[in-house]
Amino acid sequence: MIILKSQNEIKKISESCKIVAEVLEGLRSYIREGISTVEIERYVEMQIAKRKALPAFKGYRGYPSSVCLSLNEQVVHGIPSKHVKLKDGDIVSIDLGVLLNGFYGDAAITLSIGEISHAAKKLLKVTEEALYMGIDNAIVGNRISDISSAVQKYVESNGFSVVRAFVGHGIGRFLHEDPQVPNFGSPGRGVRIREGMTIAIEPMVNAGGPDIMILDDGWTAVTTDGSLSAHFEHTIAVTKNGPEILTKI
Amino acid sequence: MEKEENIEVHGKIIETLPNAMFRVELENGQIILAYISGKMRMHFIKILPGDKVLVELSPYDLTKGRITYRFK
Repeated sequence: MIILKSQNEIKKISESCKIVAEVLEGLRSYIREGISTVEIERYVEMQIAKRKALPAFKGYRGYPSSVCLSLNEQVVHGIPSKHVKLKDGDIVSIDLGVLLNGFYGDAAITLSIGEISHAAKKLLKVTEEALYMGIDNAIVGNRISDISSAVQKYVESNGFSVVRAFVGHGIGRFLHEDPQVPNFGSPGRGVRIREGMTIAIEPMVNAGGPDIMILDDGWTAVTTDGSLSAHFEHTIAVTKNGPEILTKI
Repeated sequence: MEKEENIEVHGKIIETLPNAMFRVELENGQIILAYISGKMRMHFIKILPGDKVLVELSPYDLTKGRITYRFK
């Protein structure tokens, strides 16, 4: 069931989202070659605690960490480890969720360490643009699959593939709410987008094929063909005048 | 189900409102409310009052639009 939010509730959600955006922005300067993913997690936890909020993922359905850090061919849900160190040429997707005053915020960015290949640069650019193409379609009068189709068309026209196994989602008092927002599909299908909906749109894009598999740790998703994968996400609120990106500083 | 195409019109920015929204005067004299498109947001393209822009109007609501291009 889709929960529509009042102005007040959207305000509270945007406060959580602001924290996510600020922490992610801080990570842009913090991330560098040589640090381990667990150090990044510690930094994130500190930044969240400073703002009197809680990391949303820790313990959620058994997930062990506060933030998902997925390197290179890892798609999503990478678990921070002290053995995994960032090196020149890596791309790392950071997916962060925050809980404040009973409301959730969720966003993701993919960053590069040092110099990365042209193909990787293109992957990051296209994935981020696909997110904005999707957001542009989150207007009253459209249906959910208009967002999905916009993302898919843009990604595939650039020669990349869209991950099917994971989807965007509603968000609010719960981390994952209805509706599901896939990143693929034909337009004009699904639930009608209405004012008061708060959704997280998160395209995950692979340089190769769309298939993924879960590693033995039960969480980390990787591309089956070993190709690079990027991930960008924003939480947005649908207003009568258009989509409003909440996860911004 | 077919989706109807958006209508593209030229307009001029009259007023800046919070949350990247703008009041725009279209060529035909209509004043509408428009927001900045994701592409422009991503490339940090600023819009000021007086700028000439391209606006996409939805056929379902002609008083609201999306600003997709800023002319030189």
